[in-house]
Amino acid sequence: MTRSRTAAAALILVVAAAVLLAVRFGSVALSTGDVVDALRGRGDPIKRDIVVGLRLPRALLGALVGGGLALAGATFQALLRNPLAEPYILGISGGAAAAAVTVLALGLVSAGSWVLPAAAFGGALLAIFLVFRVASAADRSFDVRVLLLAGVVVGAFFSAMIALWFTLSEASTVRSAVLWMMGSLAGADWGIVVTAAAYTLPAGMVLVALARPLDLLAIGEETATYLGVNVEQVKRLAFGMASLITAAGVAVAGVIGFVGLIVPHAVRLVVGSGHRALLPLSFLAGSAFLVLADVVARLVIAPAEIPIGVVTAFTGVPLFLVLLRKSLR
Amino acid sequence: MKLGADHLTVQYSGAVRPALDGVTLSIPAGCLTAVLGPNGSGKSTLLRALLGVITPSAGTATLEEKNVRAWDRRKLARTVGVVPQSETVAFPITVREMVAMGRFPHMGPLQAEGWRDREAVEKALERCDISDLRNRQVTTLSGGELQRVRIARALAQEPRALALDEPTASLDLRHEMSIMGLLRSWTDGGITVLLITHQLNLAARFADRMILLDRGRVAAEGTPSEVFRREVMERVYGWPVRVDQDPVTGSLRVVPLG
Repeated sequence: MTRSRTAAAALILVVAAAVLLAVRFGSVALSTGDVVDALRGRGDPIKRDIVVGLRLPRALLGALVGGGLALAGATFQALLRNPLAEPYILGISGGAAAAAVTVLALGLVSAGSWVLPAAAFGGALLAIFLVFRVASAADRSFDVRVLLLAGVVVGAFFSAMIALWFTLSEASTVRSAVLWMMGSLAGADWGIVVTAAAYTLPAGMVLVALARPLDLLAIGEETATYLGVNVEQVKRLAFGMASLITAAGVAVAGVIGFVGLIVPHAVRLVVGSGHRALLPLSFLAGSAFLVLADVVARLVIAPAEIPIGVVTAFTGVPLFLVLLRKSLR
Repeated sequence: MKLGADHLTVQYSGAVRPALDGVTLSIPAGCLTAVLGPNGSGKSTLLRALLGVITPSAGTATLEEKNVRAWDRRKLARTVGVVPQSETVAFPITVREMVAMGRFPHMGPLQAEGWRDREAVEKALERCDISDLRNRQVTTLSGGELQRVRIARALAQEPRALALDEPTASLDLRHEMSIMGLLRSWTDGGITVLLITHQLNLAARFADRMILLDRGRVAAEGTPSEVFRREVMERVYGWPVRVDQDPVTGSLRVVPLG
C-alpha cells in the first residue's frame, strides 16, 4: 500500500504540473505569474481570457476525459476478465460516432455547438441500451460473454451506418467527421467541463467503491459469489457506470483511443492488480497523460492541431513498451 | 452448521434428464461428509444448489433450516467457505492477496483491511503451511500449492463449514494425504466439512458419513459401512468390485476387479 500511496502522491503532482503546463503553453506562451494573476482576476484581460476562458477548461476537460477513459478501461478489463478490453469495446464509440456523423451529414450542427456532443451522447446511450438489453435477455443473469458479443455486433452495425453516411456525404463533411472521430478537446468550455464532471466524478466514485468486488470478480463469478459478492448487482452497476463515463467522454471529446487500454496496464505494472489502488491511480495517470497529449497536439503544427488520438498512440506506445520490458526483467 | 436438501431438482436447459432428481438429504453439523458418485452423477450440481448459486427447478436447499436463497450472500460467506473445482485468475495476484480475498465478507463499508483481517490471513496461511509462499504470484505455483492457497482463502473466511469440490484431484500422494489430514483435523476442531471426491478409499478412511449419488439421485447414504456395499457400488459404477477391509488402516476399501 505504501507503494501505491507514493504513486498517488506523485501522480497528483504530475496532474497539477500537466494542467499548469497546458495553461501556460499554446500559440501565446504565458508565465506562471501570468496564470496566477489571471486566476485571481488581475492582469492583462486578454491573457485572462486565454487562461480562464480557453486553456483552463480545456486542460480540465482533458483531465476528466483521460481519467474517465482509463478508469472505465480498468473496469471493463476486470468485468470482462480480459486485458484487451477497452472502454469502446461495447460499441459505445460506434453509437456516438454514428450519431455524430448523422448530425454532421444532415447539417444539423449549425443549430449550435451543443448539438454534436448531445447527439454523440444520445448515440452512446442508445448503444449501451441495446447491448445491455441483449445481454440481459439471453438469460436472467447478466452474461458477460453475451455482452461482449453484443457490443461487437452493435459496433459493427454502427460502423456500417457511418460508412453509408460517408458514401452519401460531401468530402468536407467526411473530413470533419473523421477528425471528430479521432478525438479533440477543442470544443471545451466551462459548460462542457461541468457536464462531463457531473457524469464522470459520481460514476467514478461508485466504481472506486466497487474495487474489492472487482478484485474478486477477476477470479471468477462463482468464486466471487462464494466470497460474499452480489455478482449480478456488481456487474450491472460497474458496467453501467463505466459505460456512462465512456459515453460522457466520447460525447465531449470524440473517440480518443489508447488511453483506456494502455493506462490501466501501465498502472498495473507498477502497483499490481488490486483495484483499490488500480482504479484511482488509473484515473490520475489517464488525466495526466491526456492533458500532456493535448499540449503536444496543440503545439507540434501550431497554430493548427493534430488529432489527440494520434498523439496518445505515438507517445503512449513507446512509453508502454519500455514499461513492459522493464517489468519482464 | 447443518445443510439440507428437500426434493431438490435441478434441470439444466437442453439436458435429457435432470442433473439432480428430487434429492432429499441432510448433512449433519460437525461431521466430515464425503459426496461420491460417477462422473455426471450430480456431485458438483448438488454443491452449487446447496450453496444457492444455481436456482433449483423444484425443491429447496436449506442452511441451518433456512432456505439458502434467502441468505444474505455476505453472511453466507462468513458461514460457509467454498473451494470450487477450478478457477482461472484473470490478472496476476500474489498468494497473500488471494488468501486475503477470504476476508471480503468480514470487511466494513470502507473495505479496508483491519488487524482482525490480517490476523485471520496469517492464521490461514500458517494452517495450510504456505506462509513462505505469501509473495509468490499464484500463476507460478504448483498444483498442490495452489490448492492449499485456495483452501487457505476459504479458511480466512473463518467459516463454520467448508465445502470442497475435488480438492485433491490431480495432486500427488503426499499433497493429497496432507489435505485430507487437514480436513480431518478441522472437522475434529468443530468445522462441518463437505467433500466431493472420486477417492473412494480415502473417503472411507477420513469421512464420518458418505452420500453416494447416481444419475442425480441418492443411491446410498450413511456411514462408510452402510454405503460400501458390493451390489450398490457395482450398480452405480457399472464395474465389478470387491469390498473388504484394508489390513493396514482398518477402514473399508473398494477394489475394482476385472
